[in-house]
Amino acid sequence: MAAPDILPPKGVRPPIIGPGQTFGTITDRIAGIVLTKHTPIFWVAIVAISLALFGMLQTAVGYLLVKGVGIWGITIPIGWGFAIVNFVWWIGIGHAGTLISAILLLFKQTWRTSINRFAEAMTIFAVMQAGLFPLIHTGRPWLAAYWLFPIPLTMGVWPQFRSPLIWDVFAVSTYFTASFLFWGIGLIPDFATLRDSAKTLVVRRIYGMLAMGWRGSAKHWNRYETAYMLLAGLCTPLVLSVHSVVSLDFAVSVVPGWHTTFFPPYFVAGAIYSGFAMVLMLAIPFRYLYGMQDFITLRHLQNCGKLMLATGQIVAYSYAMEMFIGWYSHDKYELAMVNNRLHGPYSHYYYMLILCNILIPQSLWLNKVRSTPWMLFLVAVVVNTGMWLERFVIVVMSLQRDFIPSSWGMYWFTKWDMMIFIGTMGFFTLLFFIFIRLMPAISIFEMRNLIPQAKVKE
Amino acid sequence: MTASAIYGLMAEFETPTELVEAAKGAYAAGYRKMDAYTPYPLEEAAEAIGAHHNRVSLVVLVGAMLGMVGGYSLEYWVSAVAYPINVGGKPFHSWPAFIPVTFECAVLGACLAAVFGMLALNGLPQPYHPVFNAPNFVRASRDRFFLCIESQDPRFSPSDTRKLLESYKPEEITEVPY
Repeated sequence: MAAPDILPPKGVRPPIIGPGQTFGTITDRIAGIVLTKHTPIFWVAIVAISLALFGMLQTAVGYLLVKGVGIWGITIPIGWGFAIVNFVWWIGIGHAGTLISAILLLFKQTWRTSINRFAEAMTIFAVMQAGLFPLIHTGRPWLAAYWLFPIPLTMGVWPQFRSPLIWDVFAVSTYFTASFLFWGIGLIPDFATLRDSAKTLVVRRIYGMLAMGWRGSAKHWNRYETAYMLLAGLCTPLVLSVHSVVSLDFAVSVVPGWHTTFFPPYFVAGAIYSGFAMVLMLAIPFRYLYGMQDFITLRHLQNCGKLMLATGQIVAYSYAMEMFIGWYSHDKYELAMVNNRLHGPYSHYYYMLILCNILIPQSLWLNKVRSTPWMLFLVAVVVNTGMWLERFVIVVMSLQRDFIPSSWGMYWFTKWDMMIFIGTMGFFTLLFFIFIRLMPAISIFEMRNLIPQAKVKE
Repeated sequence: MTASAIYGLMAEFETPTELVEAAKGAYAAGYRKMDAYTPYPLEEAAEAIGAHHNRVSLVVLVGAMLGMVGGYSLEYWVSAVAYPINVGGKPFHSWPAFIPVTFECAVLGACLAAVFGMLALNGLPQPYHPVFNAPNFVRASRDRFFLCIESQDPRFSPSDTRKLLESYKPEEITEVPY
């Protein structure tokens, strides 16, 4: 275990890497998590719990496939329910990874280095959970292939390219592929390090195959860096496009509460907000459990807190605008939507949302909160709860009461909804901890770049 | 031992500064077939051995173009030729609605081209390479910096090249067998 967090005196920012590190110590500390024969007891405990939750997910999905989506709480007029709420929530969480690895790289924010690897892994695993929901929401996922993708079949039926739902398929699958490539290309030199530090032949062979013969040649690094920067440049508009397209699923319709032009930036800000909350929810236990305080320092936590604060203000502004435009439009359906949020049957969800996403996160203005890991962790949990409530408010409260009172309805989720939702959290945690055990959770080669010895002296 | 029986001479350095100095010196002495091996990307090392430009950007541009044209053509063919459906009186070739998918396909093509193009240009995956025969080379992925002058270079001579490398005070010089 590393030394506990010490906050430097006022006016001095904590370093992005602890003092006294060398190329060798960085390599040994990070590779040591993977190459040790000793599996920590907390790892076994966490994986056991998440395996149990994953089992629950499989059971619930299995029953869903046998019985159909009738086991969920969805009814007309609320046909989207938990599946779409959870889809948008997970895909939003998946946004911070690429933001950290691509946008912060282009802005030369070197502090991103120690959190980018596991944030990318988080992105991939979150997008996997997200992708599950629309698939099972179709009820017959084995048919979803030709509903979603342009596949030549004898029926001659093709997807409708004018629909945002099909844009969504392309956006999410491109995002998954690009994030996976970005993560994979970053892992190649680190696999080479694991190959060269492995103690047994089998381990050396496995990481050797994954490293594909990487030998750190300057000519290779030169092409590698070009490819990496180009990927970052490509992923930057991509990450902004994904949640914009998700928001168009709503905004292109005519339902009051969905039909607004400012949905894309509002959704993107919310996605980054929840993504950074999830980064903190993973980074704080990780650095504590593995004693990584020298690599993920208070500086990283503070910066994530600041980014949450900034995106949280954009989200707050969007909530205000949503209500203001509803009133300003003088459209009776928009006014009814505002009224429904404030006084309707689900208004407690709306007030909880304001509490979780606007009021409590204001505590991030205080340096004390940003520099105290457990406080930051609590705020992150609250924000992710709030972001889930936001999607519930958008999906359910808008569908619940549209134009004609005779078609109004209510939505009650069932235990199967809950089991699948909590099951995906277990699946996510399971994948994440398997990743930590088998692959370097912090980019080793990029960390070497951060220490003073790495610079060429003139 | 003849010059071609070995892959090259490899010098090991403790700091990046020493490596770059030696690489610059070897380049100035007229050596071209050589490579530096570093545990993290070191721009100066690539520059010193004269490997500054690469064709990755071109490959990515081609990938982006292919993705863009492919995505748009698919949408046009599906919506206007193979399966024309009247949606709210919109034209079959309603190009503004085709832009998001075209964009995503362009990014997809570019990303695939960037990763697989980089690997292909680097000649990876490569199951065997002689430099791994150097006993201490495992440290190239850890904390040491290597410069290898290859025997294929017309100026290569086991004694003169060794002398040149020695003048930069490396930790060690090894002959790399094939």
